Amino acid sequence: MSTTATRVIVTEDRSSAHLLRKSRREVDPVRPGQRARVRRETAAGYAFLTPWLIGFLGLTLVPMVYSLYLSFTRYNIFAPPKWIGLDNYIRLFTKDPVFLQSSEITLIYVFVGTPITLAAALGTAMLLNYRDKGSGFFRSAFYAPSLIGASVSIAIVWRAMFATDGPVDSGLQAFGIDLGGWIGNPSMVLPMMILLHVWTFGSTMVIFLAGLKQIPKELYEAAEMDGAGAWRRFRAVTIPMLSPVMFFNLLLGLIGAFQVFASAYIISNGSGGPAGMTNFIKRGFSDGQMGYAAAMAWVLLIVVALLAFILFRTQKSWVHYAGDDK
Amino acid sequence: MTSTTIGGDARPAVAPRRRIKRKTVQTVVWFIGLSILTVIVLYPLLWLFLATFKPNAEFGTNPGLFPNQPTVDNYGKVMEGIAGVPMWRFFLNSFILAVSAVVGTVLSSALAAYAFARVQFKGLGIFFAAMIGTLLLPFHVVIIPQYIIFNKLGWVDTFIPLILPKFLATSAFFVFLIVQFIRQMPRDMDEAARIDGAGHLRIFWSIILPLIKPALITCAIFAFIWEWNDFLSPLLYLTSPENYPLPIGLRLYNDASSGGADYGATVTASFVALIPILLFFIVFQRFLVDGVATQGLKG
Repeated sequence: MSTTATRVIVTEDRSSAHLLRKSRREVDPVRPGQRARVRRETAAGYAFLTPWLIGFLGLTLVPMVYSLYLSFTRYNIFAPPKWIGLDNYIRLFTKDPVFLQSSEITLIYVFVGTPITLAAALGTAMLLNYRDKGSGFFRSAFYAPSLIGASVSIAIVWRAMFATDGPVDSGLQAFGIDLGGWIGNPSMVLPMMILLHVWTFGSTMVIFLAGLKQIPKELYEAAEMDGAGAWRRFRAVTIPMLSPVMFFNLLLGLIGAFQVFASAYIISNGSGGPAGMTNFIKRGFSDGQMGYAAAMAWVLLIVVALLAFILFRTQKSWVHYAGDDK
Repeated sequence: MTSTTIGGDARPAVAPRRRIKRKTVQTVVWFIGLSILTVIVLYPLLWLFLATFKPNAEFGTNPGLFPNQPTVDNYGKVMEGIAGVPMWRFFLNSFILAVSAVVGTVLSSALAAYAFARVQFKGLGIFFAAMIGTLLLPFHVVIIPQYIIFNKLGWVDTFIPLILPKFLATSAFFVFLIVQFIRQMPRDMDEAARIDGAGHLRIFWSIILPLIKPALITCAIFAFIWEWNDFLSPLLYLTSPENYPLPIGLRLYNDASSGGADYGATVTASFVALIPILLFFIVFQRFLVDGVATQGLKG
């Protein structure tokens, strides 16, 4: 049966199909063919799901369990894993200054970089929302960095931009600020990474902009009638109406920021690195301490899960879903 | 326009005109402000493009946008490649990987999404929750065992560990995106087709697939760009330079140039590697931006 034929049937039968569905549901419990139908549906469901299921079991669930096991062992890929209990975890928090330092840097990167990026995205989205005509170009221009921000090319550009006597350094010198090159200076690598993170605000901005467009204009008009100023309208209308989008962006933004790798690796030249990620790869793959690296991964997983849990728990107090007020 | 003049005695005609003038001034300020911001945001890209025409000696001495002595030598050097591998080889590898990623992702994600969105089966709830969970799962917890598995199978230094996961819908982002899209489609058509005796495969192929084309295109574009940019997986799995895709090739340039060698070639290679994405962006920008705006958030 061709699609056009289906369409014709649908237009004729739209109302009766509705009725049919209803009546069938009423009849369902006593229908004899129902069991076979359920079995058929289940078979079809699993048939469609097969590729995903294989991937989920073979590349996600089993590896997850296995890495949990590995985190309690000493393991390089050549000899079988040796059970050492909690030693890896104890070593992480008591005997590994590199891990503690890279964790600290990662946390700063995540909890400073993400809010700044969100603020930049929201600010720009509000600017673009001021006017429809002509904003399309700006929207595209601001979005472009999101697509390439995680690439090696941009990490190399960033290195060049922040090199000694590079564009940023000489620009600052023109204002009498002499920080030297940011690359060689460990305390400046983190700000550099955060700036790169902020530079990719575009995708978040686009999501905010779509959210802003859905806020009914009448709410602003009503607030203005009541004498609310711009700030008041922002606080009382924009923020609550946008809070579901904010929640979504915050959750994905924080979790994504924990996983930054390519830029951290290239900018720090693979050594130690400003983000915990490069440390993890170094331990697991260069040093061949796979059990130890697995413990790091599980610490990260617990941190991320805790974060998600806190966000979901607190969302009741600040996320406003349409329909659950009044 | 809402007029706030109460009483309406004097100057009834002046107030709106002044209002219009203020609106114009605001728009001009808005336009200039956003233009300045655009220049700041796009400056690194502009700098990169123009830097490809700088001779080596100007790096470190000329931080400005424009080369003092423009040259195209860098492009010639980049075409030769690095570590005995010509640049076209890196491109070809990246292209093979990205196209495979697109085919695998779209196919497997659409199948899984149909099951989640349109089939009622036992276990649906659990598996859907698991799929959403993987959306938030940091990949650190799976890459070490994955590496061990692929290593045992003897697939290290082949493209299989990079391509196979794409055919198994491991990126929940795409599955979720298509699920959301299918859910918006009216069920009337499937119901009618089912009454006519069509099975799920028929409904999927002849009704759902044509309807969700926009979502599939969005997935295809993102799958291509993400694979093109991917650095970690090829870094772990590919060991011979002739198998390297562009990002790892670029790393060779970066490592060489931090030894003080050829900065011009490094920068130019970086730019050349970005060209396909920039072209994609220019051609598909509406799709990309609308894809993020409408599907990234619905639900």
